[in-house]
Amino acid sequence: MSNFYLDNSDLRHHLTHPLMEKLVAMRERNYADAEKYDYAPFNYEDAMDSYEKVLEIAGEISGEIVAANAESVDHEGPHVVDGRVVYAEGTQKNLDALVKAGLMGISIPRRYNGLNFSLVPYIMAADMVSRADAGFVNIWGLQDCAETIYEFASEEQKSKFLPRVCAGETMAMDLTEPDAGSDLQAVMLKATYNENDGYWYLNGVKRFITNGDGEIALVLARSEEGTKDGRGLSMFIYDKNDGGVTVRRIENKMGIKGSPTCELVFKNARAELCGSRKMGLIKYVMALMNGARLGIAAQSVGVSEAAYREALAYAQDRKQFGKAIIEFPAVYEMISVMKAKLDASRSLLYETTRFVDLYKNWEDIAKERLLEDAERAEMKAYQKLADAFTPLAKGMSSEYCNQNAYDCVQVHGGSGFMKDYACERIYRDARITSIYEGTTQLQVVAAIRHVTTGTYLNKIMDYEAAEISAELLPLRERLVAMREKYVAAVEKVTATKDNELIDFMARRLVEMAGNIIMGHLLLLDTTRNEKFATSARVYINMGEAEVAKHAAFIDSYTAEQLADYRR
Amino acid sequence: MSLKIVVLAKQVPDTRNVGKDAMKEDGTINRAALPAIFNPEDLNALEQALRLKEEHPGSTVTLLTMGPPRAAEIIREGMFRGADGGIVLTDRAFAGADTLATSYALSCAVRKIGDYDIIVGGRQAIDGDTAQVGPQIAEKLGIPQVTYAEEIISVADGKATIKRRLERGVETVTCPLPLVVTVNGSADECRPRNARRIQQYKYAKSPSEKAELESVALYEARPYLNIEEWSVNDVDADLNQVGLAGSPTKVKGIENVVFQAKESKRLEGTDAEIDELIQELIANHTIG
Repeated sequence: MSNFYLDNSDLRHHLTHPLMEKLVAMRERNYADAEKYDYAPFNYEDAMDSYEKVLEIAGEISGEIVAANAESVDHEGPHVVDGRVVYAEGTQKNLDALVKAGLMGISIPRRYNGLNFSLVPYIMAADMVSRADAGFVNIWGLQDCAETIYEFASEEQKSKFLPRVCAGETMAMDLTEPDAGSDLQAVMLKATYNENDGYWYLNGVKRFITNGDGEIALVLARSEEGTKDGRGLSMFIYDKNDGGVTVRRIENKMGIKGSPTCELVFKNARAELCGSRKMGLIKYVMALMNGARLGIAAQSVGVSEAAYREALAYAQDRKQFGKAIIEFPAVYEMISVMKAKLDASRSLLYETTRFVDLYKNWEDIAKERLLEDAERAEMKAYQKLADAFTPLAKGMSSEYCNQNAYDCVQVHGGSGFMKDYACERIYRDARITSIYEGTTQLQVVAAIRHVTTGTYLNKIMDYEAAEISAELLPLRERLVAMREKYVAAVEKVTATKDNELIDFMARRLVEMAGNIIMGHLLLLDTTRNEKFATSARVYINMGEAEVAKHAAFIDSYTAEQLADYRR
Repeated sequence: MSLKIVVLAKQVPDTRNVGKDAMKEDGTINRAALPAIFNPEDLNALEQALRLKEEHPGSTVTLLTMGPPRAAEIIREGMFRGADGGIVLTDRAFAGADTLATSYALSCAVRKIGDYDIIVGGRQAIDGDTAQVGPQIAEKLGIPQVTYAEEIISVADGKATIKRRLERGVETVTCPLPLVVTVNGSADECRPRNARRIQQYKYAKSPSEKAELESVALYEARPYLNIEEWSVNDVDADLNQVGLAGSPTKVKGIENVVFQAKESKRLEGTDAEIDELIQELIANHTIG
């Protein structure tokens, strides 16, 4: 068993990114809390030291407890007893350990008993927990919902619920219904206001709810009778202590079997309105989803890491034709491409996390004082980057996660198809990452406007101008040539002004942008840390070929081809 | 009722992960090659103490360790998990102590702490494996002891009820306070270090460690960050009973034993074969 923080120096590399000094100073309001709380940092070095010490705890629990329980949890799974969820024994132990370690409410301010950490170490903990057990991270990671309560709920609600989350109560976000999956505008769960007690009462059914029996749930429901679209939906906070929601069944899933996916029945369940009426889907679910998508990107990277390590260990150990199979080009290529995809997606994950953290810090500061013009402009710029990078990170890293899980099984050969090795579980667990919190296809829908409006291109131009090691300049020349192909492809597609065609080509264009951006990020990583050089070269070899492939497809496209694909 | 609990803990070389450079050429332990850790069964003991503290509000958990000044790390480690503070019993005069001298020194320190209700430690340390120090402390203090404890079930009305894990089963005993309890590795694992506590206590330091700091203002503002250090004089110990002088155990010599793997031998299990094997094992002193 091992410590998943200490055995992976890539994490420390991302934790110590130059932008962290600014992020931590913002989060800590220039270290003002140090006077009020004896666990608040005095300065940047102190904060980083604490981040590392806490990540060591998370790494130890991930490596020694969560990873050790993953197999039994996968076999046992949760079950329903009298309308309530009972976790697998290992799941409960994992949760107890993380709660006792105080690893709940990591990014919540100290006045609500949180740790007030930057999102970067929080996402890093999620990265490690996911490597240990992708199913378990869902239960622990739903503390994300507390962010939404912090951003939009009333002070009274924040004081009531946030300390409970920090003390270890789990959460759920109740959005999906049998007829409202990707299309949440169709949500039917009915919310009725009771004039007498001032509470709302919820009636109806929710489906596919992760950790549906959690203590505190955010529920999307129709508060405006007679409406049919998203503007009639509001967000509610349901407290399990009040009762009214029962678990009808738990889904039998392909993977992440330790995570209870529930069908819930609401019978006059009392709830409180969160934020403003009618803003449920339009504003709050969007915020909730963006947070959750970043979480799935972290989960994808963690699973990729697990897949890479399992494949590497097996390939070094397994001997055929008188030598370890890793010595064969067909195998070593698979392993090094896995590592390149892992490194690329992790770089994109933390770049995205920094963007999100930066704009959210400004948003939070804006609640305390008026922002200056330059500050407001910076907030807007980073919000836009966060909006552009979140679906890219979720989409690309979950696809890479699936590819790595596939290759991990492939490296294991026949043994990988048996239930004896962890790769089989990893393969099943990986599959959901490109589906939930918006399929890859829906990430592309969110990302394409940043292709057409130039958000990605502008950022790529910034990366091209960034300072990197001189010996990496030839690699950057190749990224510049890739960018030129990307620009030409975008121009050709958008010039048609044909929305159906843009949708048809969208994934190709978004992937091209992703390949170029991740290539640049790896060059920046290599400039700070030589150990990323191999992955940078391998990734750019692959990305260059991918961009050329998409460019060729778009280049040879003629208007009548679309008809061949329509069904 | 609130309890005053003392946890006996030892910093030990991690003998669970011994590499080939674990011993020096002269046969002594190469401490540089073995990370210093919190003795595992002492962590089991700490968990029992922390549970009592939770069940009995107002209780205190104080760690007591004997060793070089760097053993303050053990106190911090305990604080990260929930202990209130601790004492490092450190003095050149304590060096070279066997179990008799160690238990004498620790019993002097426990007497100085005073008013204790429960003294709890691991069954044994992974470096010496003697399991003698806890029982000897009880004898020296003239109080009862419960060994091989797996769980301190309850403490009430001046009595502790304790489950013991023995070779052929479990035994539940009741014992008046104060007492010494030594805890087995089969007891529940210690809770993890806590994220908030690690930030609260990471600057906790002993006087020897503070001597290297430029400013000690923090330790005046936050007195709980002070780890105490006690010397022979602080605990009124008799110099003839501590350290090498107080240790009747004399190490005559240390030999390196190299286990050599030989080819395996397969026996069909006939009586004659088993007789022959027994003779062979007796002859090479493996058994008998």
